[in-house]
Amino acid sequence: MSSYYLDHLQYLETESIHIMREVAAEFERPALLFSGGKDSICLLRLAEKAFRPSEIPMPFLNIDTGHHFEELNDFRDRRAKELKGKLIVRTVDEAIEKGIAVLPPGQISRNHLQIPTLLAAIEEFRFDCCIGGARRDEEKARAKERFFSFRDSFGQWDPKNQRPEIWNLYNARINQGENMRVFPLSNWTEMDVWEYIRREKLEVPKIYFSHVRKSVRRGGQWLPVSDILPPKPNEEVKDLIVRVRTIGDIISTGLVESPADNVDDIIAEIAVARVTERGSRADDKASEAAMEDRKKAGYF
Amino acid sequence: MAVPLHHPVDLLRFNTCGSVDDGKSTLIGRLLYDSKSLMEDQIEALERSADITGGGQINLANLTDGLRAEREQGITIDVAYRYFATPRRKFIIADTPGHVQYTRNMVTGASSANLSIVLVDARLGVIEQSRRHTYLASLLRIPHLVVAVNKMDLVGWSEERFIEIRAQFEEFLPRLDMKDVKFIPVSALNGDNVVDPSPHTPWYQGPTLLGHLETVHIGSDWNLNNFRLPVQWVNRPNNPENHDLHDFRGFSGQIAGGIVRKGDPIMVLPSGFTSNVKEILTIDGPRDEAFSPQSVTLVLEHDIDVSRGDMIVAREDLPGASTDLHARICWMHPKPLQAGRKYFLKHSTQTVQAVVTTIEHRINISTFDLEPGAPELAMNDMGEIRIRTAKPVVFDGYAVNRLTGSFILIEQGTNATVAAGMLYPPTEPAKPEYKDFAI
Repeated sequence: MSSYYLDHLQYLETESIHIMREVAAEFERPALLFSGGKDSICLLRLAEKAFRPSEIPMPFLNIDTGHHFEELNDFRDRRAKELKGKLIVRTVDEAIEKGIAVLPPGQISRNHLQIPTLLAAIEEFRFDCCIGGARRDEEKARAKERFFSFRDSFGQWDPKNQRPEIWNLYNARINQGENMRVFPLSNWTEMDVWEYIRREKLEVPKIYFSHVRKSVRRGGQWLPVSDILPPKPNEEVKDLIVRVRTIGDIISTGLVESPADNVDDIIAEIAVARVTERGSRADDKASEAAMEDRKKAGYF
Repeated sequence: MAVPLHHPVDLLRFNTCGSVDDGKSTLIGRLLYDSKSLMEDQIEALERSADITGGGQINLANLTDGLRAEREQGITIDVAYRYFATPRRKFIIADTPGHVQYTRNMVTGASSANLSIVLVDARLGVIEQSRRHTYLASLLRIPHLVVAVNKMDLVGWSEERFIEIRAQFEEFLPRLDMKDVKFIPVSALNGDNVVDPSPHTPWYQGPTLLGHLETVHIGSDWNLNNFRLPVQWVNRPNNPENHDLHDFRGFSGQIAGGIVRKGDPIMVLPSGFTSNVKEILTIDGPRDEAFSPQSVTLVLEHDIDVSRGDMIVAREDLPGASTDLHARICWMHPKPLQAGRKYFLKHSTQTVQAVVTTIEHRINISTFDLEPGAPELAMNDMGEIRIRTAKPVVFDGYAVNRLTGSFILIEQGTNATVAAGMLYPPTEPAKPEYKDFAI
């Protein structure tokens, strides 16, 4: 009896792989969203495992805001090359140039501009499905998300009119111009992701580990000083021992003061953490419905 | 060597059902709050919203109601999933609303659950909704049921009242197929018997709600008897550089039932071709055996025709294969079901055209009676129907296997998922197709 037993990670893994294979079988032109962040690193490993000995039968897509951490993009490019995958990068800069994305006056954050950039990339490559690494435990609006999340021809999510998902039967049917977003990690928590990284011995970008970085205190959190985010005259720049817990844009990702420089320490840190992962993301704090509004407009 | 910080823990999926004011969201909030699964920023956000809408009192329901309309109207619109863990187990909660669309949402939230919690207001006792929720849990074959008798503080922690409510349940439980039922007196608002034992119920000797969730035996919830592998994806690397890979042909899928071992004789249905298992590739490499619900890739000894939608099964206990299906369904769409309509039917990894030939009965989920002669099934109705499919479906009865005994119906054109179906057992085992052709 006891040998026919899956622990929680094995159970989550088999569920996610089932979903990956459904995508490969049901869609003609799927893509896998790969940023180099910890969640998409797990996605990539699941894809390797789902399809081997075949290669991953879909290209990787990343929407680059131009405000990414350099370390993240380097890692992204290197991993894609190692896996012999086809990496497609579309940038918000390009989208602004082409008039696809328009920056509201006075706004620095490019988070919103990922939406038109992503939708344009979907159109350009005629992707019928994008696999993403979003998790339901990240945020309240995401808690209502399906594994197979239907988007209309404008890329919109309608939370009141979602397809019920019953047993392990996923309705993947769409019409021309419509799109599916699929989230194999829906049932994973932040802790599951790190435990999986440890079990699978996955490499993650160095910024997840403790390092020294010039930081300024702003809006109740530590932000990394960069060309895009120079210190204001009255702000004191400090050399802090920090790491990132979740990676967004370099201007909105809060740094966590932490000595954790290996995966075990990170897991121990999360186990006793008293704030959520997205507690350090300024883009989510805009309002209680910040994520809901972005998702309705076509966000990941 | 790094020492594992956690023992292997397993995963329990449960759903909560109750009517609007039974305190369902409060109970979930309490489970999260008292098991220290809430973070400071979540508590802060709760406190912020308390000042605005709750008259200064923290409203634990705001934790689960994620969408703007839900917070404004104080209702839960859709199934929300929540996650928490204790050192013993990880939990996935499907929080299903108790109002109008409850059947559809409960079926969605409960279909993959190990356990259902039915909430009852101690003042009201068993009401129509309690019977419905319990009946749905039994129809869906959820292995474990907990009846949480809530708001015990409002009936003076009366043991007599608790026993009365249990007796009300025991009156109709024998008509249902529920083997494991547990009654627990709680106050979600104050936290009694949710995580910590209550000082107010010295007459109750059983576990707290969380204590029960942590220890209920779920190891037997998967079907390990009859091997079934619905073929999901044919793995053909077609690698011109590597000769081994060039000829590799494997059949990938999630084992829906039973155990498979190297060398096992198998049959592919509906074709009836036979072979033996040559190799079992699990996601962690080659193994001598694999079991449900692992995802695997099988290599067979013979080069036979197998594609997505076929099912590889053990040769000794065959499932059924038929174009005529008999099922219970839950109708989930505002447009009602009428006999004669065509749909897509998705069963395991196969999608076929199907027509609903007969609506035999509507099932009254309050009285459990079958009502014949229903012209249509409306949203949230349960019914018994007959379906004819364009190609044979390979299946087991839902009572034997939830994965090979279930299907969904999809409306053609809009692609909306309109029904969830549970199949009655086959009347006879599958007959290989090719034998028919040989005659």
